[in-house]
Amino acid sequence: MSPIVASIIKGTVALLWVVLNALFLVWFERKVAAWIQNRMGPMRVGRWGWAQTIADGIKCLMKEDIIPLAADKPLFVIAPMVSVASAVLIWIVIPFGPGKSGVFSDLPIGIIFIAAVTSLSVVAVFMSGWGSNNKYALFGAMRGAAQMISYEVALVMSILGVVMLAGSLSLQDIITRQTEAGILGWYLFRQPIAFIIYVIAALAELNRAPFDLMEAESELVSGYHTEYSGLRWLLFMLAEYGHMLAWSAIAASLFMGGWTGPGLGALAGRIPAFDLFNYGIWPYLTGFFWFAFKTYLFIFLAMWLRWTLPRVRIDQLMDLGWKFLLPVSLVNIAATAVLANVWGWYAK
Amino acid sequence: MQSYLPLLIYLALVAFVAVVLSLAGGFLGPKKPEEHKYQAYESGYPTAPLMGRFPVKFYMVAMLFVIFDVEAASFYPWALQLRQLRVFGLWEMVAFLAVLAVGYAYVWKKGGFSWK
Repeated sequence: MSPIVASIIKGTVALLWVVLNALFLVWFERKVAAWIQNRMGPMRVGRWGWAQTIADGIKCLMKEDIIPLAADKPLFVIAPMVSVASAVLIWIVIPFGPGKSGVFSDLPIGIIFIAAVTSLSVVAVFMSGWGSNNKYALFGAMRGAAQMISYEVALVMSILGVVMLAGSLSLQDIITRQTEAGILGWYLFRQPIAFIIYVIAALAELNRAPFDLMEAESELVSGYHTEYSGLRWLLFMLAEYGHMLAWSAIAASLFMGGWTGPGLGALAGRIPAFDLFNYGIWPYLTGFFWFAFKTYLFIFLAMWLRWTLPRVRIDQLMDLGWKFLLPVSLVNIAATAVLANVWGWYAK
Repeated sequence: MQSYLPLLIYLALVAFVAVVLSLAGGFLGPKKPEEHKYQAYESGYPTAPLMGRFPVKFYMVAMLFVIFDVEAASFYPWALQLRQLRVFGLWEMVAFLAVLAVGYAYVWKKGGFSWK
C-alpha cells in the first residue's frame, strides 16, 4: 500500500473518530448535566435519548444557509473550517496504542505540533467574530482571543515540565518513559503542579465553564458564533467537542501513561492460555481500551466542573492566568530542573 | 521528510471534508430569501455597523502573549537537552529566568497584568 493511500485511510479514520465521539459527547454532556441537575435529559429519541444528537445533526443539515449581508463573507465561511481542521489535525500525533502502528504519524516534534495546531482555534474564533460583523460576536471573539492566548502561555509552560523529564517531544516516547517506573512513573505523580496547571489552562483553552466568558449567554447571546446557523454552526460544535476530546487525550498521554495499562496477557504466567493476548491485535485492543478509558475520565471531569462551577469574571480570569498560573509554572520548571539534576529523575 | 508527507495529506483531506460540508448546507436547506434574515442579530432591531475602536487592553494582552510565548518556545530546546547539559544547563536556566523575572516584575508593577 502506498504511503499516500495509507495516509488517506488514516486521515479518514481520524476524522470519523472525532465525528463519532462528538456525536456521543454531546449526548453524554446533556446526560451528565441532567444527572447533576437532578433531571432526565434527552429521553424521547431512541432509548435513553441516544439518537438525540443524530436527530439534531440532521435537523441542522436541513436548515437554510444564512450569511448575514454585513458579514465579511470569506472570513465568515472559512472560520468553521479552520476550527474543525485544528480539532482533527491534533489526532495525528496522539497515540492510541503501542509502537509505530498505534499512532497515525508519530512526529518527532509532537508537542510543538500540538501547540501549533491548537493555536489555530484562536484564529478561527477571531475570524468568526470579526467576519460576522456583529457586536456580540466581536465582543465574544475579542474576549475569547485574550483568554485563549493568556492561558496558552501557562499551558505550554506546564507541558514543559513533562518534556524535561521525558527528554523527548514525541508523545509515544513520553508515554513509554512514564511506564518505566510503573504507575508511580506517571507524570501525574512526578509533575503534580504541572498537571493542575494543565487541567485549569486546558479548560480555559476549551472555553468551557467556569471559563466560558466568550459565549457568556446572559450577556453575549452566543459569543463568537452568534451569527452562525445550520451546518456552519454544526462545524463549530464538532470542533468544540473535538477539542475537548483532544485535550483530554493529551492529558491522558502526558500525565497518566496514555494507552499503557495491564491487559489480559499479564496473567499469562498463571494461565498459559492467556499468552495469546500478548500477540497480534490484542495489545492494540488493550491499549485502545486504556486510552479511551483515561481520556473519558478527563472528559467527565471537564463536564463535572462545567455543570457545578459558576462562571468567573474576566478580571479574575486574567489575574489567575498571568499572576498565578504563569509564575507557578515558571517555579515548577525551575524546581523540576533542580530536582532532576540532584536526584537524577530522568535517569529512570 | 517522509514522516511529514502524511501531514499535508491529512490537511488536504480535512479541508476537502470541511468545504464539502459547508457547501452541503446550501444544497440541502430551503432557500426563502427575506430581507430581515440577513441582518446582523440584534433581537429584530436594525443595528448600526460596528464601531472601529476597541479597548487597548486587548492589544496589551496580545503583546504580552507574543513575549511570553516566544520565551516559552525558547525553553523547549533547553528542556530537551537538559540531560546532556547537566549543571551547566541549570545555571543557564537560572540566568535566563532571572532576566525574565525582571521583565515580569516590571510588567506587573506597571499594571500590565491588571484588567481594568
